[in-house]
Amino acid sequence: MKTIKLSRALFRAGMLTMLVIGSAQAAKTDVTIGMQLEPPNLDPTGGAAAAIDEVVYANIFEGLTRFGSDGAVLPALAKSWEISDDGLTYTFALQEGVKFHDGSEFNADDVKFSIDRAMAEDSTNAQKQLFANIDSVENVNGAAVITLKASDGNLLFNLAWGDAVIVPAEAIETLATSPVGTGPFKFKNWVQGDQIVIEKNPDYWGEAVKLDTATFKFISEPTAAFAAMMAGDVDAFPVFPAPENLAQFEADPRFTVVLGSTEGETILSTNHKQPPLDNIKVRQAIAHAIDRTAIIDGAMYGYGTPIGTHFAPHNPAYVDLTAKSEYDPEKSKALLKEAGLEDGFSTTLKLPPPAYARRGGEIIAAQLRAVGIDVEISNLEWAQWLEQVFKGKDFGLTIVSHTEPMDIGIYANPEYYFQYDNADLQALLASFAEETDSEQRTSMLQQAQNIISDDYVNGYLFQLAKTGVASAKLKGLWENSPTQANDLTGVYWED
Amino acid sequence: MLHYIFKRTLILLATLIVASLVVFVSLEIVPGDPASYMLGLNAQEDTVAALRAELGLDKPKIARYFSWVSGLVTGDFGTSYTYRTPVADMVQDRMWVSLPLAIYALALSTLIAFPAGVYAASRRGGAGDTTVMGLTQLGVAIPNFWFAMLLVLLFAIKLRWFSAGGFPGWDAGFFQAMKSLTLPAIALALPQASILTRVMRSSLLDVLNEDFMRTARAKGLTRRQALWKHALRNAMIPVLTIMGLQFSFLLAGAIIIENVFYLPGLGRLIFQSIASRDLIVVESVVMLLVLAVVLVTFLVDLAYAWVDPRLRGTR
Repeated sequence: MKTIKLSRALFRAGMLTMLVIGSAQAAKTDVTIGMQLEPPNLDPTGGAAAAIDEVVYANIFEGLTRFGSDGAVLPALAKSWEISDDGLTYTFALQEGVKFHDGSEFNADDVKFSIDRAMAEDSTNAQKQLFANIDSVENVNGAAVITLKASDGNLLFNLAWGDAVIVPAEAIETLATSPVGTGPFKFKNWVQGDQIVIEKNPDYWGEAVKLDTATFKFISEPTAAFAAMMAGDVDAFPVFPAPENLAQFEADPRFTVVLGSTEGETILSTNHKQPPLDNIKVRQAIAHAIDRTAIIDGAMYGYGTPIGTHFAPHNPAYVDLTAKSEYDPEKSKALLKEAGLEDGFSTTLKLPPPAYARRGGEIIAAQLRAVGIDVEISNLEWAQWLEQVFKGKDFGLTIVSHTEPMDIGIYANPEYYFQYDNADLQALLASFAEETDSEQRTSMLQQAQNIISDDYVNGYLFQLAKTGVASAKLKGLWENSPTQANDLTGVYWED
Repeated sequence: MLHYIFKRTLILLATLIVASLVVFVSLEIVPGDPASYMLGLNAQEDTVAALRAELGLDKPKIARYFSWVSGLVTGDFGTSYTYRTPVADMVQDRMWVSLPLAIYALALSTLIAFPAGVYAASRRGGAGDTTVMGLTQLGVAIPNFWFAMLLVLLFAIKLRWFSAGGFPGWDAGFFQAMKSLTLPAIALALPQASILTRVMRSSLLDVLNEDFMRTARAKGLTRRQALWKHALRNAMIPVLTIMGLQFSFLLAGAIIIENVFYLPGLGRLIFQSIASRDLIVVESVVMLLVLAVVLVTFLVDLAYAWVDPRLRGTR
């Protein structure tokens, strides 16, 4: 009995101290960010998982250039750059006094090392194609000089990716578990399965961050994410997994709902090598059978922007081509008839796990059935999807969000899983890569969007919205998602 | 008794060998490649091949099976493909959540079930018995994840006594760590306690009808004395069986509760590893759980022999 009383007393004392500590905190300098997926490791140069960049991008690691919240390419470790007249040589002047978190000095040799490593034969960089056009990187009097094989308007953009960050040679072995970068935060600890903590880097070369520590907490279950926000365990969930709960957060003055754009074109991918989907009339029929509004409302609770081609609507070069594939079931039936398929046909629809695919898939299947296309749905895990659909090309239709920024280039690769092969587009995108004049580039991008749309390559559904929830007093989070990141450099608490 | 233990040990080893084969073969059949999962949609084929070589996935399957098993025997569980950390460390970290949680839940359920079962059996047919049985019916019927959500709604969101989930680690202090395991343990214990209560009650009732109980009463023991001295020990066998099963279940089967409370336990580790085809982690953790289940069964077998001396010779 005595022990019970004692433990009760201890319990009360514990609760009391917690209350006291809780009220004594005036200006908060720590933040807890919720994420649905835990990164498998913390090396952005060795894996594609978005969760890696969501922790380390701009916080721990920096590249020569970086993305701003609006998608603009900004200088980072490169202070400025000069481009030779032939467009083949880029000379990057580097920031001075930059140190890695392990105390070693950053210089142009690190740039050379990092890019050489990413381009190497045995590189395991998930975006190796970013560096395909680079011929060499040299340290010339302290500046990093990149020489290209052909002029390339994308170089500065490519270098802003998380996969192109600068890493110190001596730390690459342990990058995956204890990352060492140049960023304003440094890695503190990782309780695997639960959280990652990063803390302010006192020796940061640039403007110091306002937060002292930031904790990333991994909560995969949407209901648990909701509870964690409501209970105040988590201050922000930049990509909130349950759009159905957003209205409730919006109505609650403790929270703000942060809506923005992402680079995720959500498409009904179509296998061009599988009859009758190789017939443009059939693909056009599918496009007209789809009611995008119903999908966005039904699967995404209204969050998402309709698209008519493979391009992000917030990009200045975007052309709205949704009218070419407007919802018109009668036209769809007529097109099927023209294609000799008035009795319809049947095909497969293979769905990966995300809600946009599973929920969207059910709606699309019903819409296609209405025009006589019988769709057999199968639900796959990601690993299965990669094996069967992406690698094995064993599918008729699938739904997936292509989240890489500016990825229209996948349409120039006839080996890519939907196997679209159009020589005109391939030539256009090849000359686009070499073009450095920005007006020319815009017009070429618009041409490419039109070609894709006219060929009804895939069913274009919607641009994934970024739906985040944050405590109302937390400011400075990225609204948009030009790359999948949680840049905390500008985040602070309002009193 | 020695012969009995020897026989049990042989069965244990055979089970482990068969399990290792089944686990390895079934995971090799499942489609999916860890390297392409890690590298995503833009990766080039030579990059995937380079990563497969780095991870040792290009070696023949039989060679991989033997290197895995020989590693297990020497306590080397290998290195996770995706996390790039030793599996043994990961499992150890997770074990420090799952094991205390399982023990906590089992302790709670035993603390509820024993008195409740004995009470119900001793008041057979009475109002107390009916109430306890009604409550256990409810406890069995309520899905534990739903009960868990109710607990979160009340204690985390409304009252704010507990956080909605997560585990601060034992470094944060014993009290903090136990506190974060309390709601999950209650959610896990409720259905277990209900089942255990029912088993306890019916097992006791069976024993109370035995001849030796009448003899005990005839010797002059009161009902209560007979129950405590003679009936309880004899009623333990089915109860121990259920407790053994429950412990194994609590250790491995808490996946859903771990997800509701986002606890970094073994269940979630397996779940994540299957999705990312981190085969070496799945294989090693499943083997470890097999070992745990087999060991618990082994201990329960020994406990049978302890409570019922007749079993020592016969098996």
